[in-house]
Amino acid sequence: MSGTLLDVDDLRVDFPTRTGLIQAVRGVSFSLGRERLGIVGESGSGKSQTGRAIMGLTPPQARVSAKKLALDGIDLLAMPARQRRALRGKRIAMILQDPKYSLDPVMSIGRQIVETLRTHEKVSKAEARERALAMLEAVQIRDPARVFDLHPHEVSGGMGQRAMIAMMLIAGPELMIADEPTSALDVTVQLDVLGILDRLVSERGMGLIFISHDLRLVASFCDRVIVMYAGKVVEQLKASELRDAQHPYTRGLLNCMPRIGYERHPLPVLDRKPEWAA
Amino acid sequence: MTASDARPLSRRDWLLSDRPASRMQARLGRAYVAWRRFSANRLAFLGLLIIIALLVVAAFADVLAPYSPTIGDLKNARLLAPSAAHWFGTDDLGRDIYSRILFGSRWTLYVVILVAVIAAPIGLLVGTVAGYAGGWTDAILMRITDIFLAFPKLILALAFVAALGPGIENAVLAIAITSWPPYARIARAETMTVRNSDYIKAVQLMGASPFRIVLRHIMPLCISSLIIRVTLDMAGIILTAAGLGFLGLGAQPPLPEWGTMIASGRRFVLDQWWVAGAPGFAILIVSLGFNLLGDGLRDALDPRSGDQ
Amino acid sequence: MTPAISIDGLEVAFDRFRALKGVSLEVKSGESFGLVGESGSGKSTLLKAIAGLVPAKSGSITVNGKTLGARRDKAFYREVQMVFQDPYGSLHPRQTVDRLLQEPLAIHGFADGEQRIQRALDEVGLGNGFRFRYAHQLSGGQRQRVAIARALILEPSILLLDEPTSALDASVQAEVLNLLEEVRRRRKLTFLMVSHDLAIITHMCERLMVMQNGEAVENLTASQLIGHRVEKDYTRNLLRASEGFVRTA
Ligand SMILES: Nc1ncnc2c1ncn2[C@@H]1O[C@H](COP(=O)(O)OP(=O)(O)O)[C@@H](O)[C@H]1O
Ligand SMILES: Nc1ncnc2c1ncn2[C@@H]1O[C@H](COP(=O)(O)OP(=O)(O)O)[C@@H](O)[C@H]1O
Ligand SMILES: [Mg+2]
Ligand SMILES: [Mg+2]
Repeated sequence: MSGTLLDVDDLRVDFPTRTGLIQAVRGVSFSLGRERLGIVGESGSGKSQTGRAIMGLTPPQARVSAKKLALDGIDLLAMPARQRRALRGKRIAMILQDPKYSLDPVMSIGRQIVETLRTHEKVSKAEARERALAMLEAVQIRDPARVFDLHPHEVSGGMGQRAMIAMMLIAGPELMIADEPTSALDVTVQLDVLGILDRLVSERGMGLIFISHDLRLVASFCDRVIVMYAGKVVEQLKASELRDAQHPYTRGLLNCMPRIGYERHPLPVLDRKPEWAA
Repeated sequence: MTASDARPLSRRDWLLSDRPASRMQARLGRAYVAWRRFSANRLAFLGLLIIIALLVVAAFADVLAPYSPTIGDLKNARLLAPSAAHWFGTDDLGRDIYSRILFGSRWTLYVVILVAVIAAPIGLLVGTVAGYAGGWTDAILMRITDIFLAFPKLILALAFVAALGPGIENAVLAIAITSWPPYARIARAETMTVRNSDYIKAVQLMGASPFRIVLRHIMPLCISSLIIRVTLDMAGIILTAAGLGFLGLGAQPPLPEWGTMIASGRRFVLDQWWVAGAPGFAILIVSLGFNLLGDGLRDALDPRSGDQ
Repeated sequence: MTPAISIDGLEVAFDRFRALKGVSLEVKSGESFGLVGESGSGKSTLLKAIAGLVPAKSGSITVNGKTLGARRDKAFYREVQMVFQDPYGSLHPRQTVDRLLQEPLAIHGFADGEQRIQRALDEVGLGNGFRFRYAHQLSGGQRQRVAIARALILEPSILLLDEPTSALDASVQAEVLNLLEEVRRRRKLTFLMVSHDLAIITHMCERLMVMQNGEAVENLTASQLIGHRVEKDYTRNLLRASEGFVRTA
């Protein structure tokens, strides 16, 4: 594929601990164009650590290695820490599950967006403010001027998550990693936020890695899906072909959720096989 | 613990087992994990060694001390400098300072243990009850606590001893009365954080009485931070006791209490420094020991430092 | 037949904020009743008011024919038990499973504690291997099983379930939902279950109430919901949202 934005080959993340080595990610490979890629799996399957390794936010005690980890042909692992930091926010951005933990509680939302922009681009204060307001509007915040001056605790979860998206998008990144961006939100709000994300991605031609434990949601939102189990990719497929998934784990995950209008008592449960993790 | 039993390796596995088979094993396993965290900390271990040494010395002072702590050789042995015969020298009454310090450790322990036994439970009770009950109970108990906290500890202790009369028992009582308020504060703060947790609600939903909830579910959670705080306070308690002794309001001569010893040695501090210096050094070492131990316990017991 | 739970005009306020604005509700004995609504709509508050964890400002709550006052007696807790949302917060961090399960038995003076604990653990599918573990040695699903065992050990007739699976993975959720259905069938329990997920409510419940801003929006049967036979736009929106993302372009 010529439009490859991100190339990941044999990515591994290991945590040395007192009781032994925890292999959080064990050889994940995929490539991403300007598309929406979903990563799904149960909690602890290594989704977040995969995202964090790409972002360069792995905890310091962990070891990251890969045959290849390249953004637009640039090797991310060989790059000096300073340069990597400059890349974050500028070319790669990440949204986390709970905006409460990623927004600064003592700074107004508007200021945070302006600061983010000004660390990456030389723009005047007035222009930065203009662009921040425009960005808040782009994430469908109705009264951007008012929200600009609010602090994170003064807005609802959905609004906070929109502000977070605005902050992450302000510098115009090419790759966005969203780690369970809507899991803490109500279903209706969740769809609003997804709608915003979807529009921005297609308008700006970004690549999106969408991490979620909700296979159905991912299937309806993404173009392609990676299914992870115990730190490995067990299956990679087009979202539209999810119904024909081959791997019993993927099928199990799909089946075990209750669905409106389908009576199944008891619900089918996942019968984990040791060879899936092998 | 007897270390050299038959299967040392499998016992470690037994302790660290993910699925303990009895109440005992679960409890020991938990203690073992805390112990491993504690003993990984060198300084804390040193603190523990100092405190163990203090205990041993106090227990075997009769055996270890070469001379009597109270009867000296006035004729031949007044104010001798440290030597092979008298390691820390002798005082103005010809008593061997080394022996007096060994016996003095008993008084130090006596003070420390009594204060801990009196002050910590009072603080724990006041703090947990205030924190759990809230409202008026909380307001009244905390105002009382604040009144005690408003005075410097030594001044308040002095006032109590002045009222009760000098003597080591009264000194202990005075220190205990003045040291519980910070414990009450800690226990209250801890109680407030767990009071609204689901696991306490679940116990309320079992129909447990408030008394039972405080005693069996909240107090155990406060105890570790209290133990840490009490241990860290030990140095201060020893110093307060020594201070009272020094001011003539604590232990009375000829009791070999370290503070009192410093007080009586201060007349010779320029020429015969060892008379006041040796007990001062003993206080320093023991205080340091308790401090190191407290720091280590904080790392080992603190629930926030991860329960994995 | 007397209803298991009957609530009339229940008001709950925190300071000046009205969390419940006169909610009425009737749950038949042996029925499974669902509560749905966005977060902050007062679902948990309703359950807590029944359990006596938050005081009611006005209105009445009747459980198995007995109208409740401000205080709940011990007998009440043998009728009504609750399972909380967050399995990581509802187990005491310093107590083993054994100790957690012993507590209700000790409070109510049961003599045959040993067998009851044994039976309760078996019933929720945790063998004896889990009995002496601490909460931090259990996974989320195992914790929720322990919470269910604790709720069942006093043999209540009514179980209040506050989003019991929303913190769990889908696969574990299925196991816990199956377990809940099974114990309900076996013990003929009445469920009052909160969820924000319509699919779970239609799977578990016969009837449901939709809530918004501390008020009841509408009462429905599960089949009405499945057939989209709903009156209110709010419910319709929820229903649409539960079908996943739809690209509009
Ligand atoms: N700081 C850490 N120390 C040790 N192990 C960790 C740490 N962070 C994560 N892990 C391990 O990495 C694995 C994957 O974690 P994560 O990527 O967060 O999973 P997911 O996002 O899929 O729920 C988990 O099994 C976890 O135990
Ligand atoms: N202890 C409390 N003090 C003040 N406000 C509360 C308290 N508990 C709940 N609330 C408020 O009551 C409303 C309803 O909360 P809750 O019943 O938990 O909603 P739900 O369970 O439907 O998400 C929320 O707006 C919440 O902020
Ligand atoms: Mg994660
Ligand atoms: Mg709730």
